[in-house]
Amino acid sequence: MLASVVLITLSFRAGEDGTAWDIEAVGSTLLRPAAVAVERVAQPFRDAYAWADGLLTARSEADRLRTEVRELRQRAIQSEFALRENEYLRGLLEYIDGPRFPAGYDPVAAEVIGRPGSAFAQAVVVAAGSRDGVRVNDPVVNADGLVGLVVRVSPRTARVQLLTDPRAAVSALDLQTDAAGIVRHARGTRETLVLDRVRKRDLVRVGDEIVTAGWRVGALTSLYPKGIAIGVVTSVGQTDTDLYQQIQVDPYVDFGGLDAVLVLVPKGRQ
Amino acid sequence: MTPGDALRAALVVLAAAMLQVVIVSSLTVLGGTADLLLVTVCCLGLLRGAVVGAVAGFGAGLVVDVLTLDTLGASSLVLTLVGFWAGRYGETTARGTRLPPLVAVGALTILAAVFATFLRVLLGEEVVAEHALVGALVPALVLNLALALPVSSLLRTVVRPRSESPSAAEVELVA
Repeated sequence: MLASVVLITLSFRAGEDGTAWDIEAVGSTLLRPAAVAVERVAQPFRDAYAWADGLLTARSEADRLRTEVRELRQRAIQSEFALRENEYLRGLLEYIDGPRFPAGYDPVAAEVIGRPGSAFAQAVVVAAGSRDGVRVNDPVVNADGLVGLVVRVSPRTARVQLLTDPRAAVSALDLQTDAAGIVRHARGTRETLVLDRVRKRDLVRVGDEIVTAGWRVGALTSLYPKGIAIGVVTSVGQTDTDLYQQIQVDPYVDFGGLDAVLVLVPKGRQ
Repeated sequence: MTPGDALRAALVVLAAAMLQVVIVSSLTVLGGTADLLLVTVCCLGLLRGAVVGAVAGFGAGLVVDVLTLDTLGASSLVLTLVGFWAGRYGETTARGTRLPPLVAVGALTILAAVFATFLRVLLGEEVVAEHALVGALVPALVLNLALALPVSSLLRTVVRPRSESPSAAEVELVA
């Protein structure tokens, strides 16, 4: 017990510069091959379970996806026109912008090799670390959208705080109406998010898409680049006593089924 | 405890820690996840006593903290206590009863969750107590109880139970 208390004290007080962190980084590097091996062995079984589970909803899912593809095809055509127009106007203005997603980043693909089992931390450990260019505060995404943020890095592994962690918060926008707010976890539920701090006069509708805002104020910029998909609004409400609207967001990312992620490393970082 | 027993126990704990972090934690059933490591440490404590339970708990927690890059020692402290209490229960009250793994795993799952919540609050982490102590704990309790007997049986085949001190069958009086 005494040894545990000493380790907690060392780890807690020294942060990432102390002996405890060095021990942890070395241990993590040594155990990484074994964790990767176990993950590789488990992956086919996990895939088989997901395949069998998917069969139950395959028909309804296929119908829904066909409808979605038709809608997205129309929007892709409109977006293409908007993109050309946007590039032309930026050229005219000599517009200075921050790193843009995905063009301003080098994605580092990383396998998820660990998940803390406790009910306290919503995090995963990925098999990429400082030797791969990953640093603390690098954003992490997958094909569905925003996953979270790198919070600790060892030479060969990194800990990613998920968006559903109580300590995570992201500046976000309603893609359809530009209403701004902060996405954070919904208290009491594990995989639901809320869009907080949205003024009552701003318009947000059920079904609207929420994306990262990627703000910039002087030298300060958001940790997350602009335009990464977060989720879709599932409910909107407000009471007379609250200053802000109560908006629930269903994330696009399945945080329980993460197998691999992309860590976004800004281009040109030394 | 022979060196062979110690090695087998260490390998079991290491394997359980790996499985917990890489596989079991990602399997959400009924809104919660099983804690294979807690069950293993608990059963090991019951089989081999308080000291072995505490040492196994400390080692297991250390592996988990290192693998998940969590605060070093946090899981160790919780699992050390789990192993010690399970060992003491095995050495005292549980003697002669039929279901010590179920009783120990059930009680220690609840106590470990309460203690871990308290510890996280002390460390300044934001904890949703309702989720940790109700939403996640109830399914975890059910899953851990389901694992208790199979893990206990498996451990009995891998790690020999501590030999009881035999009661004297007869007394020889030496003049």
